[in-house]
Amino acid sequence: MGRYLLVTIQVDMHDRLAMALQDDLMEQIRRHKAEGVLIDISALDLVDSFIGRMLGNIAAMARILDADTVVTGMRPAVAITLVELGLSLTGVRTALNVERGMELLETAREERETGDGRSQG
Amino acid sequence: MAVVRDEQVSVRSEDEVVRVRQLAREWAISLGFGLVDQTKIVTAASELARNTVIYGGGGTVRLQAMNDGARRGLRLTFEDQGPGIADLQLALKDGYSTGTGLGLGLSGAKRLMSEFEIDSTPGQGTRVAVTRWK
Repeated sequence: MGRYLLVTIQVDMHDRLAMALQDDLMEQIRRHKAEGVLIDISALDLVDSFIGRMLGNIAAMARILDADTVVTGMRPAVAITLVELGLSLTGVRTALNVERGMELLETAREERETGDGRSQG
Repeated sequence: MAVVRDEQVSVRSEDEVVRVRQLAREWAISLGFGLVDQTKIVTAASELARNTVIYGGGGTVRLQAMNDGARRGLRLTFEDQGPGIADLQLALKDGYSTGTGLGLGLSGAKRLMSEFEIDSTPGQGTRVAVTRWK
């Protein structure tokens, strides 16, 4: 297993809190030399454009810090609404639940260690 | 068309945006909307409430439970006395924003609701009314 950060969002976040989470997470990636971040949103009953943008930002920033991001547990009603809103969460990996999300992070890490699995040999 | 319940609350801060989301959820549940519709209503409310705070400098939202024959609906009317919107057509375009957002607030809210009305006068303010029918 690599070093992963697991974040679960449990409250209805106002915008400042979402921004604080984003900043805090970047600091924690650096401090723990994390290779992956798993954000579980199964408790969220809404993802609007602000929270959607925050998730996209986290994935993009984490990538620059050499960590993978996966968002897990999005409720079906939230997913339906998000697409209708016009947000497709491009660049954000998602998984059904935490277990699948961890598998995804492990796979991404293995691929990275073998240099993408293709360029070797 | 009859208004069976009516309430107005202020939308002046991020905390009040969260409060508007919670109120919209409570009203949608009490009107018998299903989970997907509730989520759409709450998300539209969140986008419009944020616009009221950020672009309108704060304002109000009026929640109204509507009866139209056999149909029941929830109407949300956001009003501010902010700078107004100079070009409504442009403001309704996906991806257009004068701020730092994604430009999905107005256009997204329009798609999530059954009816959408907007009036804006530069220098005087903006009024956005959205309704979701069951």
